[in-house]
Amino acid sequence: MNDASLRASPWPARAVGAGSLVALVAIVEALLRAGVVNRFVIPLPSDVLAAIPRVVAEENVLRRFVQTTQEMLWAALLLALVGVAAGVALHRYRMLKLACETWIGAFAAAPIVLAYPLFLVIFGRSAATIVAIGFCAGLPAVILKTTEGLGATRAVLVDVGRSFRLTPRQQFRLILLPAALPTIFVGFRLGLIFAMINIVGVEFLINFGGLGQLINEMAERYDLPGTYAAILFVVLASVLFFDVTERIERWARRT
Amino acid sequence: MGATDLTPAAAATGSDAGDPTRRQVLALRAAIVVALLVAWEAVSASGLLFRDVVPSLRSIAAALMRVLAAPEFYGHLGASASEVAAGLAVGGALGLLAGVVIGANRFAADAYEALIHYLGPTPKIVFFPVMIMWFGVGAGSKVAMAAISCFFPIAISAAAGMRAIDGVLIRVGRSFGARPWQMATKIYLPAMRAPVRNGLRLGLGVAIIGTLLAETKLSNRGVGHLVIQAYSTFDMPRMYALLIVVFVAAIGLNALIGRGERRPR
Repeated sequence: MNDASLRASPWPARAVGAGSLVALVAIVEALLRAGVVNRFVIPLPSDVLAAIPRVVAEENVLRRFVQTTQEMLWAALLLALVGVAAGVALHRYRMLKLACETWIGAFAAAPIVLAYPLFLVIFGRSAATIVAIGFCAGLPAVILKTTEGLGATRAVLVDVGRSFRLTPRQQFRLILLPAALPTIFVGFRLGLIFAMINIVGVEFLINFGGLGQLINEMAERYDLPGTYAAILFVVLASVLFFDVTERIERWARRT
Repeated sequence: MGATDLTPAAAATGSDAGDPTRRQVLALRAAIVVALLVAWEAVSASGLLFRDVVPSLRSIAAALMRVLAAPEFYGHLGASASEVAAGLAVGGALGLLAGVVIGANRFAADAYEALIHYLGPTPKIVFFPVMIMWFGVGAGSKVAMAAISCFFPIAISAAAGMRAIDGVLIRVGRSFGARPWQMATKIYLPAMRAPVRNGLRLGLGVAIIGTLLAETKLSNRGVGHLVIQAYSTFDMPRMYALLIVVFVAAIGLNALIGRGERRPR
């Protein structure tokens, strides 16, 4: 009998988790109504919920969502083209890998988003700045995971390819790439997450673009319920995005 | 540069006759650095791009010297460092506590882990307007940004570390009648050292980002404020110099924690 069959159903616990959130919101509402907490600091949760339809209708949330998605798609395209190609090059040329892998690791640890004023100077206050930062933020993960995936191909598979006298191109297309695809996808997903965080963050910081700009605009108008509603919307959009990419990754691993 | 053997076995052992030596790798690294510097200087001198966007290396080096020689820079650096440290202390302690509880208790994990899992990767900077309202425009909101930024990676790492503790160690502790505090200090924390340090490493990086981004948005102190001030006055060499300092500090701190991680016991 395995552990899974012995485990209790997770649903009561999940209900407690959801219940705790609802209870917390109810407590905040009660404290605000009782005047214990200042309404100019935290708006009534009921006002925040009521503000959601207004924000969606009046602030063109759909258009903003499309705009952020477009920026994401451009960053994703660049990541797939440049990141995977760079990872393949590092795998192909071992000396290049030995020389650059540590640098790429360090690049991954660098707070690239802090250089957004530099990108503003180069690309202007435009979507290109946002896409470029998203791309740079996601690039190390894609390169490193592509190299890792190709390097972890089982030696027996490579030997099978050799015994069939495959050309290097065939070896790559028929053996290395299919074997490395799950790991490459993990890197691509990580890269997209970093890109998404930076894209929304920079939209907020430079007050341009889609969902990130929405929060900035609401905050600058001192529309408290609107600000909280916009944050809630961005968090929900992020959760949806991570959930979708997670499902795609699981699907890719199965196939 | 020639292609090398692609088999993982050869790569792993490094025993291949064509394996590059350390000297060759260092030579390639030096060549890449020189090529990049020459390309930068050539673009700077060519006038292809707006002169101030790609300032000469000499002007960046001079600006770096000026930044490092200015006493007020260290005041700003100290302000940012103290905000990051305070945020890391608060967010790290809460993250460690949450991670230990979630890692030790299946029910708590089922109830709350999904929240941490999904909120973890959301862009934290979007919470900055709320933090300003709660903690003001001063250091408090930056400390809060650092705290919420580092809470999630530390909690996730601590929970994973807690689950990975060898059951034998826990049974040994219990068989000796160890109290909860003794279990925590003698069994759990020493056994979780590696994942906690890893979480701290990730947490430090995002705490620096959270704090400095908040400083670029609204502040009159800190390195983030200096960066955005250099941008506003279009003092590009100074901005490059400040970014170099920030990048070197962030990467250096990360490497320092990483080195501790790999040091044999």
